[in-house]
Amino acid sequence: MALVIKNGRVIDPASGRDGIADVRIDGEVIGEVGHGLSAEESFDASGLIVAPGFIDMHVHLREPGFEHAETIESGSRAAAAGGFTSICPMPNTSPVNDNATVTSYIIETARRHAIVNVFPIGAITKGSAGQELASIGSMKQAGAVAISDDGRPVMNARVMRRAMEFARSFEIPVIDHCEDLHLSAGGDMHEGLESVRLGLRGIPGASEDVMVARDILLAQLTGARYHVAHLSSRHAVEMVAFAKARGLAVTAEVTPHHLALADLQMAPYDSNFKMKPPLRSVCDVGAVVGGVVSGAIDAIATDHAPHAGSDKMQEFEKCPFGIIGLETAIGVAMETLVHPGKIGLMRLVELFTTGPAKILGLDRGTLRAGAPADVTIFSTDREWTYDVNKSFSKSRNSPFDGRTFKGGPVATVVRGRVMWQA
Amino acid sequence: MRGLLGIEGLTREEVQSILDRSRDFQPRGRGKLDLLRGRMVVNLFFEASTRTRTSFEIAAKRLGADTISITAQASSVSKGESLVDTLNTLAAMRPDAIVMRHAASGAPHFLQRYLETPIINAGDGTHEHPTQALLDARTILDRGAALEGIRVAIIGDIAHSRVARSNVYLLSKYGAEIVLCGPASLLPVELKQVAHGVTLTTDMREAIRNADVIMMLRVQLERQHEAAFPAGEYFSFYGLRLEHLELAKPNVIVMHPGPINRGREISSEVADSQRSVILNQVENGIAVRMAVLERVLTNGAGH
Repeated sequence: MALVIKNGRVIDPASGRDGIADVRIDGEVIGEVGHGLSAEESFDASGLIVAPGFIDMHVHLREPGFEHAETIESGSRAAAAGGFTSICPMPNTSPVNDNATVTSYIIETARRHAIVNVFPIGAITKGSAGQELASIGSMKQAGAVAISDDGRPVMNARVMRRAMEFARSFEIPVIDHCEDLHLSAGGDMHEGLESVRLGLRGIPGASEDVMVARDILLAQLTGARYHVAHLSSRHAVEMVAFAKARGLAVTAEVTPHHLALADLQMAPYDSNFKMKPPLRSVCDVGAVVGGVVSGAIDAIATDHAPHAGSDKMQEFEKCPFGIIGLETAIGVAMETLVHPGKIGLMRLVELFTTGPAKILGLDRGTLRAGAPADVTIFSTDREWTYDVNKSFSKSRNSPFDGRTFKGGPVATVVRGRVMWQA
Repeated sequence: MRGLLGIEGLTREEVQSILDRSRDFQPRGRGKLDLLRGRMVVNLFFEASTRTRTSFEIAAKRLGADTISITAQASSVSKGESLVDTLNTLAAMRPDAIVMRHAASGAPHFLQRYLETPIINAGDGTHEHPTQALLDARTILDRGAALEGIRVAIIGDIAHSRVARSNVYLLSKYGAEIVLCGPASLLPVELKQVAHGVTLTTDMREAIRNADVIMMLRVQLERQHEAAFPAGEYFSFYGLRLEHLELAKPNVIVMHPGPINRGREISSEVADSQRSVILNQVENGIAVRMAVLERVLTNGAGH
């Protein structure tokens, strides 16, 4: 079956193409990008952007173990509705994805139930307990695309060093959730004026900074490919830029919410604004936006972290960390980066496609002929309002409920099939 | 005014009207008023507190309201019921107000979003303790001092003190000069920006110099999740002793929200001295809480 996406503005960072064109899909692969193409089926993309399928390299799908909050299927539907064609679930499931059996289980469940591509990330250490290395080699063979103990840092520097060395031999990137647990202990939000005002315990920016600094030094020592998850502090941006300038294989991602919200903007004691790292100061928000503009930051990733309503309906200090983000990512990125003129659409698409693809070594994120036919079609000007109660996710923990965005996903094509349409 | 969650959100006029009304309730006659007859107030204390709970209970009873006091140990909280469920259950019994103390900052604010029944915050974690600030202000005014332009030193574990926060918000509305003092580990620099008129110092003598009011805070050992200062050094550097009072204005008053730790943050000599108004504070607690209860239960239409 062939499908042609007609008359859209095709933006493909891999080839540098930016212009009105048609994209023909032959079965599961890209056939051709050109003019006057036709096929049995056609999708009119006039006035829309046609881009390679967006990749979210940082999500939590909660399966196996926490299916009441999300499943691989429900998470994949939220991803499609957010314009993502590929997602990478973090290993903090139950059991933890720290061996090839769990990796294979996730891949097999995704093959049967997910409507987007799922590339699992394996754990760095057994049980993500930070002590013994997980079965990194066999997880890679089973299909894991990176390793991370996300949700937790690897506190022991020696363990991190060994993980980096081992990962280097398997050419798999190491992703760290940068948080010094001693500095952040007990904290519920960013340490600053707001935490003092609200009487909540703070998580200082330094808890992130010291780990980013340590990891960069270890990346230099080991030659590993190292990636900073959900970077949020201004000093971390500077350090990643410094590492890049030294030629180290260091990359970083930022979440949409850290681009859009500062601690000042959180609704008091509303756990839909509680996540790790926390919403930081206005200065930090400015710096991470700057990092996206300068290239210090390579990718946008949502850290989609569903939690059941009852878990989020508690005293703020008892609520778990994390918010959902798949469906609002493009809207937030447009609002914070493109509409204010910080970056152009080419760079935006890059942050969602070639950026993460390069970090993970995925053969995705391009409209080159023969590549997997993953396509994201989005609008830059359609106004829409996010209603979290209509989310495809099983959870409702979003700070963007009721927010009106200008621009957002319109259709998502995965392996040649339209899996979601607005 | 629906409930009373904190001082920060009140206007100066609202604060003043509570302070004014509380004068009418300052005891001479011990008689019971019937301003709130037939009303039901639930005191819901998730954190141990004898004095505040008793004070609210007496205040409600003097106004003729019925009161029920529930402490966390006796309630279903210990059976694993969530806070929202506990409150919904109580609200279904249609009390007119819930007086609530909770160890988590913001717990009453979170609940008030889901609950029709007005909540009076009797202390939430390390956030606010609005009736304490009101009774402190009443006590200062009783000593003849205006709140405008006075110099108030608040000394101790500022970081973990809901009493300090509420007092800062209240005094700042009157243009008082507020000096916050404690070891740096208990004195976050951001406090300076919390309200107008706030300065910080780690030097107790500097804080007390020319003060009209010295407020000592309880060392909140239960709130310190780590050792924020070396053991045994607290009283030497931040404990209030008689010789300190000579640095202050001659008619300085010494306040403490209680319960006091004699020899830890305040010496017995100071606590029992002429300058101490600690017992006046306790007494005013009832008057101020009567004014608050009346206001909340009659939507401010009581007088």
